[in-house]
Amino acid sequence: MTVRIGAGAAWWGDRISPAALNAAEGDLDYLCFETMAEATVSAAQVRARRDPSFKGYDTYLDDRMRAVLPACINRGTRIVSNQGWINPIGAATRAKELLAEHGITNWKVAAVTGSVISLDRLHALGATLMETGGPISSIPGEIVSAEAYLGAEPIADALKAGARIVITGRVADPSIFLAPMMVEHGWSAHDALRLGQGSGIGHLMECGAQVTGGYFADPGYKDVSEPWNLAFPIAEVDADGSAVITKVAKTGGAVNRQTILEQMFYEVHDPANYITPDVVVDFTSAVIEDKGANRVRVSGIGGKARTDTLKVSIGAQEGFIGEDMFFYAGPGALERAQLAERILRERFKIIEIKAEDIRIDFLGVNAIHGAMSPVPAAPPYEVAVRVAARTKTRSEAEKIGREVDAMAVSGVGHTGKRVPHADRVREVIGVWSALVPRAALTPQIHFV
Amino acid sequence: MRVPLRALAHTRSGDKGDISNIVVVAYEPEFYAALAEQLTPARVKAHFKGVINGAVERYEVPRLGVLNFVAHGALGGGVSRSLCLDNYGKALGAAMLSVEIEIPDAWSPRLRGANQGR
Repeated sequence: MTVRIGAGAAWWGDRISPAALNAAEGDLDYLCFETMAEATVSAAQVRARRDPSFKGYDTYLDDRMRAVLPACINRGTRIVSNQGWINPIGAATRAKELLAEHGITNWKVAAVTGSVISLDRLHALGATLMETGGPISSIPGEIVSAEAYLGAEPIADALKAGARIVITGRVADPSIFLAPMMVEHGWSAHDALRLGQGSGIGHLMECGAQVTGGYFADPGYKDVSEPWNLAFPIAEVDADGSAVITKVAKTGGAVNRQTILEQMFYEVHDPANYITPDVVVDFTSAVIEDKGANRVRVSGIGGKARTDTLKVSIGAQEGFIGEDMFFYAGPGALERAQLAERILRERFKIIEIKAEDIRIDFLGVNAIHGAMSPVPAAPPYEVAVRVAARTKTRSEAEKIGREVDAMAVSGVGHTGKRVPHADRVREVIGVWSALVPRAALTPQIHFV
Repeated sequence: MRVPLRALAHTRSGDKGDISNIVVVAYEPEFYAALAEQLTPARVKAHFKGVINGAVERYEVPRLGVLNFVAHGALGGGVSRSLCLDNYGKALGAAMLSVEIEIPDAWSPRLRGANQGR
């Protein structure tokens, strides 16, 4: 038996129409959504404190569900999603309402909770930081969030209990895809070999279009057909966890050995020891076989027993970043940008800005690769000057935008500038990591 | 002859905290040995001078034609703290492509992109 699992999102801001296409034409047993980044929970906690109307889950939950539910209902496709952020029960309740809008009242919908850790609990656990080896108390700034990466087990339990939709808070990304494999193929949570292979497939799926031709095209080197029409991936998973990665027909993009390999090592450090809550994955034994157009079989991924710990992500308010830009064009653009930099650096001294770090870049010259950028061989026709500073207080960060405003009339000739149209200050929430004993977390399943 | 890495391999970068990993994938299995010999951690660290501020580790997966570089202190203190416009380091993988690699002239027809047939 082969289980067909499709991806529905790779992050909060991802496109929605490829999810709808996967639901409609993917003939899927499961559709899985990954919508969280490292800082999602901390940002959600900060927003929840300030904005009582914020529901605490994926702000695109309604859009995503409405796009896929008709086809999922029609096909009987089950949904696994981490759109619950800091309120999985709220998200599951909303999903139940959206099902009812489509005339479905008998589908069981479950929320998986238990990833959020209170501050008291965090300090009581006595964990040390992976970044510094120091204690939790050494984190500078106010801690605003702490949550553990849960694994596939509670999701699988919810599915086994009959859930048609499972919505979680923080879980490891591959676990979202692994859980359906465990249920359909009857794998135990201690079957390291199959869980390793299955998690490896989950890792290929978790970034959506990054395995089907997204984040890939390089004209003349790696050409991709119709890159405006990318599909999200589908995994056809066999009982041993090996799978064919493919996509819906008549879409753009590509699934080939190259897209598979780039994604296999994406955000991986030691490829022989990729640690998830479920297993330690070994990619070094992977076998990649071309099985026809946009069909690639991936097998041979290894697995070792899961660790005794779970990773906890901790968010702390550290300060602010102020940022703005203005621009030059035509003959002498670079020289005018260089004079503008000099003016700003002198003015920052005059106003005695209190910044931990100030960075002034020239877009088109050195803004992305910084110090390693080559000196331009010819004068750039256009240069944008970008100014950013990290500060302790919001009022210091606001000074960046104020001094850029001044460049409009008190700066260099031919300075182009936007009228400020958005907040030019953002909050810095530093992310820290720690390991805690697995037994310290108790995942719970709630049917809504 | 010497060619940019871009003629021999493709790359992708990913972030975790203040660490960027850059995977280098040889277009052909035969290219791998030259990459493994010349694309050392020290060479990569020197190439990224002023951008990678910590250690560079390298993991080798010869059977897949893959070198995975793990660069510490490469993301300005971490994605949320970084003052770099590209705070995730998504474009760092492209910076690797300009490293020059010495190869046999006979490989010329097999090079990718603009270097083919050089």
